[in-house]
Amino acid sequence: MAGEGDRRADLEVARRSRLLDELRSGGGGRRSVLIALASTVVFFVAVGFAITHAPGWPEVRRQFFDWHEYRSTFPEIARAFRLNIKIFCISEVFILVFALVLAVLRSLPGPVFFPLRALAIAYADLFRGIPTILVIAMLGFGAPALGLSYIPRSTTVWGIVALVLVYSAYVSEVYRAGIESIHPSQEAAARSLGLTRGQTLRRVILPQAVRRVIPPLLNDFIGLQKDTALVGTLGAVEAFQQSQIDTAATFNFTAYLAAATLFVAITIPLARFTDWLIARDRRRRQSGGLTA
Amino acid sequence: MTTALEVERLHKSFGKHEVLRGIDLAVGEHEVIALIGASGSGKSTLLRCINLLESIDSGRVYLAGEDITRPRDVNAVRRRIGIVFQSFNLFPHMSVLRNVTLAPRDALGLSRRSAEERALGLLDRFGLADKRDEYPDRLSGGQQQRVAIVRALAMQPELMLFDEVTSALDPELVAEVLEVIGELAAGGMTMILATHEMSFARDIASRVCFLDDGRILEEGPPAQIFTAPREERTQRFLQRIIDAKRL
Repeated sequence: MAGEGDRRADLEVARRSRLLDELRSGGGGRRSVLIALASTVVFFVAVGFAITHAPGWPEVRRQFFDWHEYRSTFPEIARAFRLNIKIFCISEVFILVFALVLAVLRSLPGPVFFPLRALAIAYADLFRGIPTILVIAMLGFGAPALGLSYIPRSTTVWGIVALVLVYSAYVSEVYRAGIESIHPSQEAAARSLGLTRGQTLRRVILPQAVRRVIPPLLNDFIGLQKDTALVGTLGAVEAFQQSQIDTAATFNFTAYLAAATLFVAITIPLARFTDWLIARDRRRRQSGGLTA
Repeated sequence: MTTALEVERLHKSFGKHEVLRGIDLAVGEHEVIALIGASGSGKSTLLRCINLLESIDSGRVYLAGEDITRPRDVNAVRRRIGIVFQSFNLFPHMSVLRNVTLAPRDALGLSRRSAEERALGLLDRFGLADKRDEYPDRLSGGQQQRVAIVRALAMQPELMLFDEVTSALDPELVAEVLEVIGELAAGGMTMILATHEMSFARDIASRVCFLDDGRILEEGPPAQIFTAPREERTQRFLQRIIDAKRL
């Protein structure tokens, strides 16, 4: 069929024009690549020279960049980092669901739903306003101290609860922006067919809205991944807490570097993936024509 | 003749601006009503009021004799009235087939099989069977609008409303959409169409209503309205259309 061939041709055109764009933005061909390379080398050599010739460099190097120390602390920190990943994955699932509920509550129309809307707004304002580390400290130290037998005592659980509360406030705003970006004519079309408000939301509005906000959602999850380290302040031995233990034992801070490498190993690929999604989205919108 | 739809002294304002200022209209079964008039005369608003997409300030609307002005279940009423919009409004994240089967399955509770059977029958009838798996952005405007008509027909409505359905189309795509509407008229579908396609209205309509400033100023059979309009404002409106070579 013609459609399939067309689509492949479109993709090919898009790929070529992207390559061209990248080259053009530099100013033309191989020459711009060479200039970029040279200026990068010069820049880093200069910075490296300035740092390594600073008066305190030998001391800093011993304290922060000790290769032997790095190798000896890394395995244990990597093991502890598994807890960060666990915290991240569990929170993420709850955030995605809870934030969606908040966003839907906030988009309910009419005066009847005013209390729910007001509640959702107050929630987002409150939890975006308090520093994450405070929420974690208050819940992590406060909730178990209540001494109630039917709530969990684990500080890690309360750390996760705190992250879910805080991040849901941000993510619900992202969802809401997505919902509001869907043209009202889509709702009119669905309602005119006799679909209820709930069916319209579930079948027509949300699937389109969620698709649109995937890149900004991933952005928030990069932040979440880093903030799992805050749960360590409650005492759970995750990567940051483990590196604290190591530095306290040896008076050498290289362990922090080891923890940092682990975080970066997750967040940078996530950031690149987000950029790729955004770029793909933009290309689609430019070549796809009608998407409204 | 049984009355399919009756509109009585319908008023509708947006803020301070009164868009509909007392509309009276009775539509018999199998009748095709063409609403003509300048942009802003209230054609679209009237259609949107009839299927309750806009709330009505005062007046009454009866569907097959039943008062639907403030119904207990709006959705039940909307299922009986199909509407097609100027801007197609297909669901872009769904294939053609899914666009057409969504409402029959979710709103009428049809099984997937019978909904698809019904959808494929309609798609086939209007030359769209080979597009069933395409997404709307891969279709031409004319094809999208035909799918939108099929989507409304899949609910097996008693009444179809067409809101300037060819206004957003490239001229060469208008004919295929009008052909579909013509076929529906020939099949006995009761419909009201707001349109700028005067020659089409003349050919297809059993009655033409000229809307002016929120009122039906003049109505009658196409032959009379288009050749011997009584009202001066109707004459002037048609003269402008003729000058623009649209009739």
